[in-house]
Amino acid sequence: MTFLNEVRRLESFSFEAYFNSVTASDVQNSLNRDKLEPQDLLNLLSEQAEDFLEPMAQKAKQITQQYFGRTIGLYAPLYISDFCSNYCTYCGFNNVTEFRRSKLTLEQIEEEAKVIAATGIRHVLVLTGDAPAKTPLPYLEAAMMILKKHFSSIALEMFPMDEDDYQALIEAGADSLTVYQEVYDQNIYKKVHPKGKKADYEYRLLTPERGANAGFRAVNIGTLFGLGDPRIEAFMSGLHAKYLEQSYPNVEVSLSLPRMTKAEGGIAPRHILSDIGFVQSMLAWRLFMPRLGITVSTRESAEFRDRLIHLGATRYSAGSKTDVGGYALRTSNATVQFEVTDTRSVAEVTRMIRENGYQPVFKDWEMF
Amino acid sequence: MPDTNNDPLRLGDVTFKSRLLTGTGKFASKKLIAPMLEASKSKMITVALRRVDPTASKGNILNYIPKSVTLLPNTSGARTADEAVRIARIARETGCGKFIKIEVITDMQYLLPDNYETLKATETLAKEDFIVLPYMMPDITVTKQLYDAGAAAVMPLGSPIGTNRGLEMKPIIKMIIETSKLPVVVDAGIGRPSQAAEAMEMGADAVLVNTAIATSDDPAMAGKAFAMAVKAGRLGYLANMANKKKQAQASSPLTGFLRG
Repeated sequence: MTFLNEVRRLESFSFEAYFNSVTASDVQNSLNRDKLEPQDLLNLLSEQAEDFLEPMAQKAKQITQQYFGRTIGLYAPLYISDFCSNYCTYCGFNNVTEFRRSKLTLEQIEEEAKVIAATGIRHVLVLTGDAPAKTPLPYLEAAMMILKKHFSSIALEMFPMDEDDYQALIEAGADSLTVYQEVYDQNIYKKVHPKGKKADYEYRLLTPERGANAGFRAVNIGTLFGLGDPRIEAFMSGLHAKYLEQSYPNVEVSLSLPRMTKAEGGIAPRHILSDIGFVQSMLAWRLFMPRLGITVSTRESAEFRDRLIHLGATRYSAGSKTDVGGYALRTSNATVQFEVTDTRSVAEVTRMIRENGYQPVFKDWEMF
Repeated sequence: MPDTNNDPLRLGDVTFKSRLLTGTGKFASKKLIAPMLEASKSKMITVALRRVDPTASKGNILNYIPKSVTLLPNTSGARTADEAVRIARIARETGCGKFIKIEVITDMQYLLPDNYETLKATETLAKEDFIVLPYMMPDITVTKQLYDAGAAAVMPLGSPIGTNRGLEMKPIIKMIIETSKLPVVVDAGIGRPSQAAEAMEMGADAVLVNTAIATSDDPAMAGKAFAMAVKAGRLGYLANMANKKKQAQASSPLTGFLRG
């Protein structure tokens, strides 16, 4: 049994018909429940539920404070390579987009790490493009050995790997895994990943399970909003998170809400997720999974992020640079995978978090 | 009559004037911790080692805790006995003292402790001269085993962490209080002062309250409220008011005739 069974089971389900059938009292009933079922998640993601955002927000805030306290965890991304052999039609980093690619040497990784660590942040998210030949396992292991001198938690956002490779990286110091399905809709998935290794939907879908089996203590997943129908994608991500939580009770599960902005070499997003849709997804997930981590990156604007603190978010990136070498080795024209919208420094973001009545948490893990 | 002015809580070889233990997680600001401790007079506070950063130039949580309050580092994040043991050793090296609250959780959905791994960690750490306070799923047999393993107290949960649902495990906790040779500290799930009083009234030696205090609008006031409730419950217990009779005791209406 894997999450693929769930995906298969839902292939014949008519989301459109269901969403159209949801009534206001269905939403109210789902909102009133203590323990929500998948059907409740659908109700809360329906168009009808847009009229209930305020009561959803009130309840989401209360639940989040109860389980996470008045705290926001902080992390910073570190791009160590932008070589990529994929053909994702929507991505500025893909194989056919021409720009000068680079990969950090181990010394450069250490320089970048020092700059990030100097801000006080102790959680790092290490990213690469999908080019295992350029960033082979020994290189990644060596990177972990360096990073663990500067950070107390290392998360990976890289190409999907086999369980053995994940185990090797955990052994070297990594403890968390981020992998986005990009899009749960299989037809769209095929279309936007026309060839290469990433064309294999199932291999990607089961990556979080391989990671959990390998021993990651935290797994962060999500859909890239903009590719598929946002309500269905939000539902599938929520269901996936729930599946992982139930199948791997010793793993902390969290969701992110990356949404497409203009990406160089990319295509225009067909299903743009509005701010309302963004907030509605977050709230619905929170009510569906009280202990779910919810991560919000600097793709979102400062003004919007300031508001999301009260709506169920638990973790923020801050002071992010999304180009290779962006922290210490700054090259002015480097290509970024996505534009940082919230460009505030770590100090500015932490001040904002405090002003909102929350405690910024720089360290929430210990390597042992 | 017990001397209510001299009624310390004893954990290992250390005594505490207060029977309210508090926590450092979940506060809107670390600056709220000291006023809360001042108002509640709590003398022991738990801190997750995973949140301790001795390398932080500012913001190290340990700097926000007055020296007069004893640290109770906990092993939050541990999923096995081995991990708990390693975290405990790091805590000691970091200067967090000789107490350790063992927290081994393998269930992130409900955050319930794993008693088997907790017991194993207790055994190891007690031998290394830690004063071991294991957070546990209420269980009589495990309480005995923890005593044999060298624990200094047991910390059964009232209800799952953060739920504020009070003493859902009351009948079992009561049995533990009746049979345990160790102090019983009710930990987790206590959401209101009345629930803390209830635990103390039935004979708990102490309670640990974090979420309800830290996430309240006024942690100092909440801390004080819990302190008063703990005291009231304790006095109620010492005054022996909780000893409800199961049956009415008339003067032997059924067997009195035997004695003519």
